[in-house]
Amino acid sequence: IKFMQRGLDLETKKQLEEEEKKIISEEHWYLDLPELKEKECFIIEEQSFSLCEDLLYGRMSFRGFNPEVEKLMLQMNAKNKVEEVEDEAVELDVSDEEMARRYETLVGTIGKKFAKKRDRASYEEDENGHIKPTVKVKKMFLKPQ
Amino acid sequence: MAEAGGITTESVAGDRARAARTMLDQVVLPGEELLLPEQEDAEGPGGAGERPLRLNAGTRSRGRVVCGPGLRRSGDRLLVTKCGRLRHKEPGGGSSGGGVYWVDSQQKRYVPVKGDHVIGIVTAKSGDIFKVDVGGSEPASLSYLAFEGATKRNRPNVQVGDLIYGQFVVANKDMEPEMVCIDSCGRASGMGVIGQDGLLFKVTLGLIRKLLAPDCEILQEVGKLYPLEIVFGMNGRIWVKAKTIQQTLILANILEACEHMTADQRKQIFSRLAE
Repeated sequence: IKFMQRGLDLETKKQLEEEEKKIISEEHWYLDLPELKEKECFIIEEQSFSLCEDLLYGRMSFRGFNPEVEKLMLQMNAKNKVEEVEDEAVELDVSDEEMARRYETLVGTIGKKFAKKRDRASYEEDENGHIKPTVKVKKMFLKPQ
Repeated sequence: MAEAGGITTESVAGDRARAARTMLDQVVLPGEELLLPEQEDAEGPGGAGERPLRLNAGTRSRGRVVCGPGLRRSGDRLLVTKCGRLRHKEPGGGSSGGGVYWVDSQQKRYVPVKGDHVIGIVTAKSGDIFKVDVGGSEPASLSYLAFEGATKRNRPNVQVGDLIYGQFVVANKDMEPEMVCIDSCGRASGMGVIGQDGLLFKVTLGLIRKLLAPDCEILQEVGKLYPLEIVFGMNGRIWVKAKTIQQTLILANILEACEHMTADQRKQIFSRLAE
C-alpha cells in the first residue's frame, strides 16, 4: 500500500540508480581533459623564523631578578635542545613500613574515641606513648553464693 | 650579433636560475630563481655553463625542502622575494628532508606570523575580546578566555595600556590576527600580562633574531652587569626592567646601540660600565 509513503523504498532507489548508471547516453556530460596527475611537491613554504634558526625563549632574567622566569628559561631552552631535564621528583610517597607503623597506633587512638566512658580506662599507654587497646573482659552474671 | 643579443635577452629576462648551493651566504635580490640540489643533476651542464657544486653527489632521495621567509615556490624552483643573504640549515637528527633555505633580511615593519611570540599593547576592551596593538597592519584580537585559569566568572585582570606577551594562533593576510596567552596544553608558560614598571622600546627585527641566537655574546655580557629582566617580542619590541631607573635606561641604550657596534667597541663600553 502506497499510503503515507513519502519516498521510494531503499531497494527501488538502488535499482533505479543502477539502471541510470548503465545508460550513458550522449546527453551525459563529461570533461574531455587529460588526466591531471597531482604533482608531488617537495617544497613547503613557511613564513616563520623559528623553524629556520634555533631561537631562545623570549623571556629572560639574569642574576635572580625574577626566579620564575629563570626557571622557565631552563625549561624552555632545554626543550629546544631536546635534552631530558631530570625533574626533581620530590618523594611525596610514604614508605610502606611507615604507613604500617602509623596505622598500629591509629587503631588505638580512634578506638579510644568510640569506647564508652567505662572502657576508656582500659586503654593503657605503651613505653613509646602509643596507645594499645587491652583485651576487654566481658562481665558475666555472677551467681550469688 | 645574434650571440650578444641572446645573452642580453637572457639576462634581461632573468631566466638564469642559479643553484642554491652556490649562493649560500651571498646576497640575493628579489626576482632571482634558485635551483635545488636535485634539479642540478637534471639541468646538467646545459644551463648557461655554470657547474654547480656537488657536495653530496650520493643522495638521490628527494626529501622535503622547506622554503622559509623571503622565498617562495615557483614550480620546482625557489623564487627570492626579499633582498638579503641566503642561508641554509641542514635537517638535524633523523628527520628526513632537504633542510631549510631562507633569506636573512632586515626590516623594521613586522608582519604577523603564526606561532611567533610578541609583545602587544592593549588598546581597547570590547565585550569579550581585547584589541592588542602588535605593530602590524591590524590590531590583533585576544579573547579573555585565552589566559591561564580564566573562566567566564573569573576574568583576567587586564586593563587598557597593559603589556601582553603572547603568541599568534591565526596570522595570515586574509584575516585579522588572533593571539592567545596560553600554549596548547593550557598553561601560561611565561605568557600573559607583563608586570609593572620597566621600559618598552622598539628595535629592528634583525636585531631581535641576532640577540635570541643561541650563541649570542651580547646577552651573556649584559647578564653579568646587574640583576635584570628582559622580554623579547618578535615584532621588534623589547621590554627591560632593572632595579633602578638609571640601570634600566643604560640597558635600553646598550641594546639599541649594539646593532651598529663592532665587538671591540662593545667590549670597551662594557668594561667602562663594570667600573
